[in-house]
Amino acid sequence: MALFGLVLAAVVFVAWRVNSVLVYNWDWSRVLGFVARIDAETGQWVSNLLLQGLFTTIRLAFWGTILAAIIGLVMGYWRTCDTLALRIISRTYVELIRNIPPLVFIFIFYFFISSQLFPALGMDNIDRNSPWVDNAFFRFAFGEPALFTNFMSGLICLALFEAAYITEIVRAGIQSIDKGQWEAGRAIGLSRSNLLRDIIFPQAIRKILPPLAGQFITLIKDSAIISLISVQELTFLATEVAATTGKTFETWILVAAMYFALCYLFAFVFARLERRAGRSTR
Amino acid sequence: MTPSPLVEISGLCKWYDDFSALYDISLTVAEGEKVVICGPSGSGKSTLIRCINQLEGHQQGSIRVAGQEVRPGMKGIEAIRREVGMVFQSFNLFPHMTILDNLTIGPIRNRGMGRAAARALAMEYLNKVRISEQADKYPPQLSGGQQQRVAIARALCMQPRVMLFDEPTSALDPEMIAGVLEVMETLARDGMTMIVVTHEMGFARRVADRVVFMDEGEIVETAPPEAFFSAPRTNRAKLFLGQLLAH
Ligand SMILES: Nc1ncnc2c1ncn2[C@@H]1O[C@H](COP(=O)(O)OP(=O)(O)OP(=O)(O)O)[C@@H](O)[C@H]1O
Ligand SMILES: [Mg+2]
Repeated sequence: MALFGLVLAAVVFVAWRVNSVLVYNWDWSRVLGFVARIDAETGQWVSNLLLQGLFTTIRLAFWGTILAAIIGLVMGYWRTCDTLALRIISRTYVELIRNIPPLVFIFIFYFFISSQLFPALGMDNIDRNSPWVDNAFFRFAFGEPALFTNFMSGLICLALFEAAYITEIVRAGIQSIDKGQWEAGRAIGLSRSNLLRDIIFPQAIRKILPPLAGQFITLIKDSAIISLISVQELTFLATEVAATTGKTFETWILVAAMYFALCYLFAFVFARLERRAGRSTR
Repeated sequence: MTPSPLVEISGLCKWYDDFSALYDISLTVAEGEKVVICGPSGSGKSTLIRCINQLEGHQQGSIRVAGQEVRPGMKGIEAIRREVGMVFQSFNLFPHMTILDNLTIGPIRNRGMGRAAARALAMEYLNKVRISEQADKYPPQLSGGQQQRVAIARALCMQPRVMLFDEPTSALDPEMIAGVLEVMETLARDGMTMIVVTHEMGFARRVADRVVFMDEGEIVETAPPEAFFSAPRTNRAKLFLGQLLAH
């Protein structure tokens, strides 16, 4: 409670300093107009740049979490494999990403993905009129079809980057499982894949849930970095809004609140999940 | 009629790097036979029985289980492992599964048994080790003795032809030991083939057909329990038994 008071006092103080020293004119209305506006034709509320950016960030968070989890799980498992080649691949991947600044990695990888990978997969120009793309679900899940390639390159960069850290969490989780568990599983004749699926992964996942949650929240926050490769997420659009309105403080405070709400919600969901996992092992 | 050999080990050698853990081990265990293995710490007892179901691979010699040759890294080792049950010193139950699931997972995954059939089988064995009322609990909620009895039932659920025990009572409090030994003796009476690493002399005297004494990776002496415990032939066995009794 005292802490909360302290924070409140600090906020008031900063606001007062901004007001009196910078003679800043607070004006929220213009910025709020960029959250949502009334469409001139239909007369209905529609989302504007900031809300659209938030939706893109949520999509990035959702797909990024899934993709990073899959890559991290596979790579983390490879880290613990007996096969030397798999260990070398996963180790190289982790070391490469952990020792390059995220920004630099993303610039390099963006070039690689958009100029090499996507053309190879035929994803550089998707057919926007095909029934696979031109439907409500696609728009809901991936946003504007026109921005799909842009969205995907950002998503893959982000997921690859975060998955390196998830790899290490998964590896630590698998290695924390007692050797006796492997032996007991083998002794009752479980195949390696059954052993992993039924015995090792379930126990490892329960153990790594807290650090995993932390990494997924980091993923949401790190998604701001990919604004630098022009992915139209919250931070990218906020930069534009701040520039057009000139209302820097209002814009960024609002954006901070949006990120906070998103991360907090995520943490809440994970805490629930953890409690449920904890209950079943008791 | 002589019973057919179920486990045949001949000329078995195993090294860890340049350390020789097992040297020229030959041991044949017939169907229904009970063999107790004892020897000082580090003599290779665990290593020997872990070679039988290939938790450890060997470098030389041959191991046959139910007539089938067992080789390191072989395909289809799962088929041999279902004939060989194993009980560990530290139980190694799966802590995230209920007792019942601990027992059914093997039959379901390895033998392709249906869920209902596996449950019925599991309950039968839980009854046998007198622990059926704990079926829905999780392993950490049970005492050590109870956990070890569950571990025995889990191995039995695979309906193996031979059971391996690696110091099954060493991690238990004294008052828990009797219950586990009782279960093992019942199993022996029912005719199970057993290879037991243990220092429980009472159990060895009551149950074993043969005692195998190991030291420094070799079988030093093999004898019926009565003869071995009262009149060991080798000096190393005398020394070992002296230490065991003084303890
Ligand atoms: N993975 C390993 N790497 C290297 N040496 C090992 C390994 N496992 C066992 N050893 C060595 O092999 C020898 C035999 O070990 P083993 O566990 O079979 O002995 P044991 O007779 O079961 O002893 P204990 O009564 O203490 O269980 C020991 O000297 C041990 O140090
Ligand atoms: Mg041992």
